[in-house]
Amino acid sequence: MSKKKDLAKVKPQQDRATSVLHEIMAGDPVRIALSILLGFIIGAIFMVVFDKNVVKAWSDFGADPIYAISTVWWTIQDGYGALFRGSIFNFNANDFIAAIRPFTETLRFAAPLIMAGLGVALTFRVGLFNIGATGQILVGLAGSTFVATRLEMPIIIHMLVAVFAAVVCAMIWGIIVGVLKARTGAHEVIVTIMLNYVALSLFTYLLRQPELLLEENGGGTPKSDNPDGTARLGLLFGDEFQLHYGLIFAVLATVFYWWLMEKSAFGFRFRMVGHNPSAARAAGIKVENTFVWALAISAGFSGLAAANQGLSVDGGLTTSIEAGIGFDAITVALLGGSRAGGVVMAGLLFGAFKAGSPTMQVAGVSPEVLGVVKALIVLFIAAPPIIRAFYRLPVPGPKVFEAAKKAKEAKVIK
Amino acid sequence: MKLELRNITKRFGTLVANDSISLTLKPGEILSLLGENGAGKSTLMNVLYGLLQPDEGQILLDDKQVKFSGPGEAMAAGVGMVHQHFMLIPVFTVAENVVLGHEPTGKVGNLDLDAARKLVKEISDRFGFDIDPDAKIQDLPVGAQQRVEIIKSLARDAKILVLDEPTAVLTPQETDELMDIMRGLSKNGTSIIFITHKLREVQKVADRIIVIRQGKVVSEASPKATAGELASLMVGRDVDLDTQKNKAKLGAETLVVKDLTVLDDRNQQMVNGISFSVHDGEILAIAGVQGNGQTELAEAILGLRKIHSGSIEVAGQDLTKSNVRQVLEAGVGYIPEDRKKDGLVGQFTIAENLMLDGSFGRPFAKGVQIDFAKRDEIAAKLIKDFDIRTPSADTLAKQLSGGNQQKVVVAREMSRDLRVLIASQPTRGVDVGSIEFIHEQIVAARDAGKTVVIISTELDEVLALADRIAVMYRGRIVGIVDAKTTREKLGKMMAGIAA
Repeated sequence: MSKKKDLAKVKPQQDRATSVLHEIMAGDPVRIALSILLGFIIGAIFMVVFDKNVVKAWSDFGADPIYAISTVWWTIQDGYGALFRGSIFNFNANDFIAAIRPFTETLRFAAPLIMAGLGVALTFRVGLFNIGATGQILVGLAGSTFVATRLEMPIIIHMLVAVFAAVVCAMIWGIIVGVLKARTGAHEVIVTIMLNYVALSLFTYLLRQPELLLEENGGGTPKSDNPDGTARLGLLFGDEFQLHYGLIFAVLATVFYWWLMEKSAFGFRFRMVGHNPSAARAAGIKVENTFVWALAISAGFSGLAAANQGLSVDGGLTTSIEAGIGFDAITVALLGGSRAGGVVMAGLLFGAFKAGSPTMQVAGVSPEVLGVVKALIVLFIAAPPIIRAFYRLPVPGPKVFEAAKKAKEAKVIK
Repeated sequence: MKLELRNITKRFGTLVANDSISLTLKPGEILSLLGENGAGKSTLMNVLYGLLQPDEGQILLDDKQVKFSGPGEAMAAGVGMVHQHFMLIPVFTVAENVVLGHEPTGKVGNLDLDAARKLVKEISDRFGFDIDPDAKIQDLPVGAQQRVEIIKSLARDAKILVLDEPTAVLTPQETDELMDIMRGLSKNGTSIIFITHKLREVQKVADRIIVIRQGKVVSEASPKATAGELASLMVGRDVDLDTQKNKAKLGAETLVVKDLTVLDDRNQQMVNGISFSVHDGEILAIAGVQGNGQTELAEAILGLRKIHSGSIEVAGQDLTKSNVRQVLEAGVGYIPEDRKKDGLVGQFTIAENLMLDGSFGRPFAKGVQIDFAKRDEIAAKLIKDFDIRTPSADTLAKQLSGGNQQKVVVAREMSRDLRVLIASQPTRGVDVGSIEFIHEQIVAARDAGKTVVIISTELDEVLALADRIAVMYRGRIVGIVDAKTTREKLGKMMAGIAA
């Protein structure tokens, strides 16, 4: 008996996904900034290589080398300049309002990304790889759209009830994942991926039902009515800007997330389970229940993102209203190191991408470059050695010896 | 073969793990490397074995300088190493394991197992190992597996054998057998470097002792030195190895375990219908070789592992079906055998670790919010009371030394309102200074009328602390005896022979 035990005593391998997560979340701000920079640099290469003028100038390089080189510069400047004008400050605008409008657009696009990103970030910190924000948003949309198009209520209250409905519906979707994981040990990655498909079909189905979400006198297309005026997220700064109350919800969500994770006893237990479930168990924490709670609250944040989308739309909604927020949320959470402040910054960056891409298109640069930049940033953050090699950063020493060193210092201090 | 290490220096960043270490090993000599965890013994041996490259210094074999870029080269030069954790494939036979990596082959490249068998048989007979070449590793007792590891090295003509903490997994009898083997090998000219922290073994078998402290050779000692002298050399100050203990003042029977049966994760019966009870003001030590059900027993008491049958009672309260939190709230404190896995969150600060099980209410939480001021106040007090050596309460637990990490766990568990303390391997991987301190704390708890259960595979620890000793073997209690029982008798009981 003893020998079997001994052979089985080989160190239990930590769940791989979890350890990768820890590695990514431990990422320091410098490395993240360098990843973003490198992403932009490679994005610039794409812009240049696929630009007609540049290609033409370089195919005849000998004729005018200075012109050829300057085309490269001008292309990059045009592209990223358009991004800046479209997302932060339009220095070509005639008046101040038009000049700062791009930044308010960035805020508008960032709000749902931040809210859904916070949800994903929460599960990351509990050690779960939750990629179900898409499904949760879709189910949340079903809830808020029903309230917003089928029920009649006074202004403000109608809006709040619709937001609440989105949160509750999304939470139910998240709890399903948590319960499946806690009861059967099903892996949350598989469950959330599959539930995303289920949610998409379910939402489409509901959109087709005349007695539920289908628009009045609607036909074969799965499409809803516009939300009632009483349920809409009102504009924050009048008609000049499209920015609406969604931003307020995003701010509140961020503050709540920060309090929950850093200040509350729940967050303490969430983080404990995320870092070391077996120590958490020995400390009397029901790890499985914690998973359910985390997935439920996480989905609640996605529900807020759903409300942001569903209650600000013009011309009724279709499934396209989700707009890839569920997947971008994963990236935002990773990029933000799953901290409240980081998620806000990452959400703003991605919001800026969304706000700026039409301007880039007008400037003749394919906005898909931004997709490349986005993907590369994540790639670099997820693969620290690439960034280290590119910037020739030193390899951090083995942690064991750092620990020994610190311990020794500790003794010395004493 | 003669081995000489000259001024070996190995640095990791700014940490000097080996600081200009020089030593010589004569042919046929048993040299003991004595030192605490983190003293640099393993680093030095990894340098010798080619796993690490020294920053400075030379390795000389028979006065010729050598350089190993990997274990393969070290083995080829005649240096063999038996690791603490065996590198054997359980489903392979002894012969297959021994030739793994340098398999003898027939004419067409087929595996020549007969040659392998002959090799094993020959070595086994020469040194009296008594090993069947066709036995599967998984069917062999731990002591025999270790001999297979030694045969592995000898089969590659190792002239220098490094044994890294070889007795950690052995019963006292198996340890004695190993020492006989070591003496036999040394008579045949094999030089042995024996790494250990158990002073008794060093005194018994070593020809010469080298004490390493903080990466430096601090002295050479004779095996005739007393355990106290050796310990003082290791730690660098006077050490009192004997825990002072008054006679136990027994109180009520607080922990009662009846007919307890527990299964492991693979549904193997690990605890087999055992019963015992412990009084207030008493230390019951559960001795036994690792893996005989002690881990499962502790986990079952704490509610971490489901109880198959039987019952557990603390102060009249039935805890058989209770979950961990209920058990903790009933006043059970738990020092787990693997502090990194079950006792601490490495990424958390010390202050956070000190409130690991306290997030459900006072004093650490006000409602659902953590009371940071209170937390820091308690942390500061515990750091002082339990002599946790750390720059601050905000230092991450993983940055502490093993001894200080263990003190964090001990501080947390003992600062709760305690009735019963279950301490599993309370001083494993802990420096001598911390061992002293932790033992004192455990005795203090007992003198304060707490019920204490120590689970330990170290006989020294059992004998130092116990008021009564229960010996576990294959999930059963072989017997419960008083603390004056001889080592020999306990050793036999650990091998399953009832007193």
